[in-house]
Amino acid sequence: MRSILYLLIGVFFGIVLFKSEAASWFRIYEMFQFKSFHMFGIIGSAVGLGIIITQLIKKSNVKSVFGEEIKIQPKELGVRRYLIGGILFGLGWALAGACPGPMYALLGAGYFPIIIVLTSAIFGTYIYGVIKDKLPH
Amino acid sequence: MDWLFKPWQWYISGPLIALTLFLLLIIGKRFGMSSNLRTLCSIGGAGKNVSFFNFDWKSQRWNLIIAFGVIIGGFIATNFLTETSVVNLNPDVVMDLRNLGFESAGKTYMPTELFSNSVFGSFKGILILVIGGFLIGFGARYAGGCTSGHAISGLSNLQVPSLIAVIGFFIGGLVMVHFLFPLIF
Repeated sequence: MRSILYLLIGVFFGIVLFKSEAASWFRIYEMFQFKSFHMFGIIGSAVGLGIIITQLIKKSNVKSVFGEEIKIQPKELGVRRYLIGGILFGLGWALAGACPGPMYALLGAGYFPIIIVLTSAIFGTYIYGVIKDKLPH
Repeated sequence: MDWLFKPWQWYISGPLIALTLFLLLIIGKRFGMSSNLRTLCSIGGAGKNVSFFNFDWKSQRWNLIIAFGVIIGGFIATNFLTETSVVNLNPDVVMDLRNLGFESAGKTYMPTELFSNSVFGSFKGILILVIGGFLIGFGARYAGGCTSGHAISGLSNLQVPSLIAVIGFFIGGLVMVHFLFPLIF
């Protein structure tokens, strides 16, 4: 039953990613050129509403629909891992023009070379896991 | 209903992404698509040698189902909810991209130079996608999240680490597009 709910949320999110053009390589390029408000409007309005939603949920102590406590654990403090990791991610995001959500939407939309990106992203994740203790965090 | 088949404007799309965040929070989950990449490593047996992948991946099954849903969503969107998938770019951007060799700019949803099936026969095309993918996977896990986990979910929770990560995303993206693209393309 819960699985169907997860699936439906995923389908909804996938449709939004594709129809918003947030999954388009071109839109990512345009964003980094600051030549259109489109992506900034999407992220800005999502975050603006997201802040209201998240803060209301935290303040009201509502339970999840399954009656569990809603826990939002903050990330550990630090700078290096977020900055260095973030820069590496940004380089890849601009080059491949897709982040991990849109990758799946593009696969479904039939842009099969995204399989190369996805496979390589899994490999990149694996290499991070192998060398993580040697990296500054 | 006409709008449904046209590209969705930011003021429709952004709130719908916020709605996705809300739906996940209210069922007790957190928004984060790149975690699935770690889960896939774990399913592939990476936990035997690397402790980072040695966790109960079944606890992350929900997120894999969401990712599978996103695949279906992409299929539905392109096949049943789209009249024309041409992205209406800023004309300056179209010019820039044509100068870089992207003839498909302003004509398609994705650049055919990188995302048509002929790329499977192009060494340079494959290399670009491999490097891009590697940086996405490595960087997302190093930073502890991607666009959904940090930019949407993390900033919504007013987390300083997420703000730092998002600043990093933009530094990386700007360096790539402004300094490295002219060298690569």
